[in-house]
Amino acid sequence: MNEASLIGLLFATVSFGALLYLAALGELLAEKAGVLNLGVEGMMAIGAVTAFIAGVEFQNPWLALIIAMLSGALLASVHGFFTVGLGAEQVVSGLSLTILGLGLAAYLGKGYVGLPPGAELVPVEWGRLSDLPWVGPILFNQAPIVYLALLSGIAVSLILSSTRLGLALRAAGESASSTDSAGHSVLGLRLAAVAAGGALAGASGAYLTLSITPQWAEGVTAGRGWIAVALVIFGAWRPSRVGWGALLFGGTLALKPRLQTFGVDFSPIILSMLPYILTLLILLIISVQARKRPSPAPAALGLAYRREER
Amino acid sequence: MTQPSSPADSGQLSVELTDIWKTFPGVVANAGVGLAVRRRSIHALLGENGAGKSTLMNILAGVYHPDSGEVKIHGLSHQFRNPADALSAGVGMVHQEFRLIPSFSVAENIVLGSAPSIINNRQVENDVADMARKYGLKVDPAQPLWQLSMGERQKVEILKVLWRDAQVLILDEPTTVLTPSEVDELGEILRRMADDGRSIIFISHKLHEVSGICDEATVLRQGETVAGSLDMATTAQDELARLMVGAAPAIAARPAAATPGKPLLELQNLSAIGDRGVNAFSDVSFRIHAGEIVGIAGVAGNGQRELADVIAGLRLSNNGTLIMDGTDITAVSAHRRFQSGLAYIPEDRLGVGLAPRLSITDNAILRVYRQQRRGPFIVAEKALSYCADLVKRFGVRSGDPDGPIAALSGGNLQRLLVGRELDGKPSVVVASQPTRGLDVQGVKAIQDLLLDQRNSGAAVMMISEDLDELLTLTDRLLVMEGGVIRGEFDPRTVSRHEVGMAMLSDTQPSSQS
Repeated sequence: MNEASLIGLLFATVSFGALLYLAALGELLAEKAGVLNLGVEGMMAIGAVTAFIAGVEFQNPWLALIIAMLSGALLASVHGFFTVGLGAEQVVSGLSLTILGLGLAAYLGKGYVGLPPGAELVPVEWGRLSDLPWVGPILFNQAPIVYLALLSGIAVSLILSSTRLGLALRAAGESASSTDSAGHSVLGLRLAAVAAGGALAGASGAYLTLSITPQWAEGVTAGRGWIAVALVIFGAWRPSRVGWGALLFGGTLALKPRLQTFGVDFSPIILSMLPYILTLLILLIISVQARKRPSPAPAALGLAYRREER
Repeated sequence: MTQPSSPADSGQLSVELTDIWKTFPGVVANAGVGLAVRRRSIHALLGENGAGKSTLMNILAGVYHPDSGEVKIHGLSHQFRNPADALSAGVGMVHQEFRLIPSFSVAENIVLGSAPSIINNRQVENDVADMARKYGLKVDPAQPLWQLSMGERQKVEILKVLWRDAQVLILDEPTTVLTPSEVDELGEILRRMADDGRSIIFISHKLHEVSGICDEATVLRQGETVAGSLDMATTAQDELARLMVGAAPAIAARPAAATPGKPLLELQNLSAIGDRGVNAFSDVSFRIHAGEIVGIAGVAGNGQRELADVIAGLRLSNNGTLIMDGTDITAVSAHRRFQSGLAYIPEDRLGVGLAPRLSITDNAILRVYRQQRRGPFIVAEKALSYCADLVKRFGVRSGDPDGPIAALSGGNLQRLLVGRELDGKPSVVVASQPTRGLDVQGVKAIQDLLLDQRNSGAAVMMISEDLDELLTLTDRLLVMEGGVIRGEFDPRTVSRHEVGMAMLSDTQPSSQS
């Protein structure tokens, strides 16, 4: 293993980490408000395909990103309508959303398979910072979405911890009836969180087709939406911990295609399982700790809310 | 901001409720209730369970809408659409079930719903601490709520209402979660708030606490005001108890006296922890013999439900021994208890007793499905004929035996449940509120079934909030209050008033006669 290939690994770790972080942040927002959305994979696929199509049609990568985010939010709102509006089972609706999103993406992208990209988000130049040894090529030569992911993480963290909106949103995920009696709209908070989560998943998908592999092929998301779902649990529903977890899981994604070239005799299949194994471990720790302290999971996660008089 | 109180000021009314009516399907909760609360005073709202206290206060707090009547706050007429409306008019309520979020900090819980757009956590915590200090409420604003005791959580609920500057505070049974010293502390805190110009309405059924804390009292019974704004300083506790319980109605004919045999159920120093994490009942000892009905009287929430659950095997005891027909069953599973002859008619019929979405037949065979099998499969014909037999013998008026049980009326549900439990010829029957909410015929049918059990030699324990029912039906009467047995009475000779006093005041436990 030489210096160049190690830098390549770390670069890929950061960029895959950002990809996972965006999607996981979206899921975290929805779950903090009490809505489990297992449709991340589908929303990412929709984000990926709409970004690519918009890139080809309008030749503007930023417009493509915005369209991808809106598409993700729109698809997420279908989940919001069923689960928050109608009180449907969240797991069933979320799984359906994944299947719907993947199918819809394949259908929409039919005419775009194999086409050259119309627009790409190219790496940002940071001047002298980019020339620094090690740090420059790894951190200061990434696509703009990587920095957007970091900013989103900080923003989500601040909103949740120290704004009225964040307090109300967290309350909606802990106890809908308390939130309602405090005068906040549980319905509004949850719908907004689900839609915002969809927008972030859409951005994550757009990152795939606008920079990581700038072309459209069915199945480009390759199960990364599921890693994002696991990541939220792994990070114990905290934006910062989810961020570190994203780097760790991003590392396994980056390492997988490089194992052979590094001459390591380790099955890439086991490596792909690693995020899920780690998540199970964290779940185990959480349940053991639950005897002493409340679980970090939002208490009302997965529960529909209907206001009722006696 | 304590101002010297002038006589005119303290005479002002903060709350005036006039002729409030509220009906729920089948129940008239408030039938023309009136209430007047002076400013700067602590006003007790007294009454037995079901007297309409909570309904009235939920109307004042904007949770329910009255069918008719007027709500006036500080002289102005209001029609609240929701609790937020009531809060902006200055009325806040501390409910019996706390509405707090365990993972949030104390300060976060308090400011939820009235926080600034950008929250400076340290600033908010300081503000909360200042307010807490002003009223003598000792809480740490930064502490996560799950670490707090029930008494501390109540302080958080009170602060939450004060934070929104409520001038009228309603506390629903605030002392049920408190230790005696915490009750004294609460009294001081409430006095400080009253001196600050607020009015406090204190819902309770514990007379001795109320007399120490409150200035005036209004008594409700069966949805009506029986006495308004009595001066606590000049009204005797006896008088209040009489007003709450009411005069004794004509007593129906008693069944023939029992001929008790050997003890079939024996509790020795039994204790168990309730849902709130503290003991629901402690050190309970009594025996029930073959051929007698023992009644457990008491206001709901004094440990009766938990006691029934522990005997049925649905809740673990943390101390003491439970003996059934000479065998220690303290650690035996609920199913085994049933097999050895224990029938349980739980308070919550559709939640605990029956499965609402299952069919009538499935519910009927729930206890005995093992007898309806061939190999691993339940034989539909066997199950149906068992169910048809049960329905016929216990007079259940049911439609389709494959239809959901939730479609049955309350009386028929209870007949099926009681029938199912009594079908196996039990030696011990535990019945919790078996006739509550039933019509006259239903009540009679269930009471007759329990008497039949007694006469055929079963030991029957009956928990009820209906004192008249207990006085006519049971052979011995135990009174439970605050999780302990406060006394044993002979229902043939005891007066309603005597039992009422034992139910309402927690004086020293009288020695068991």
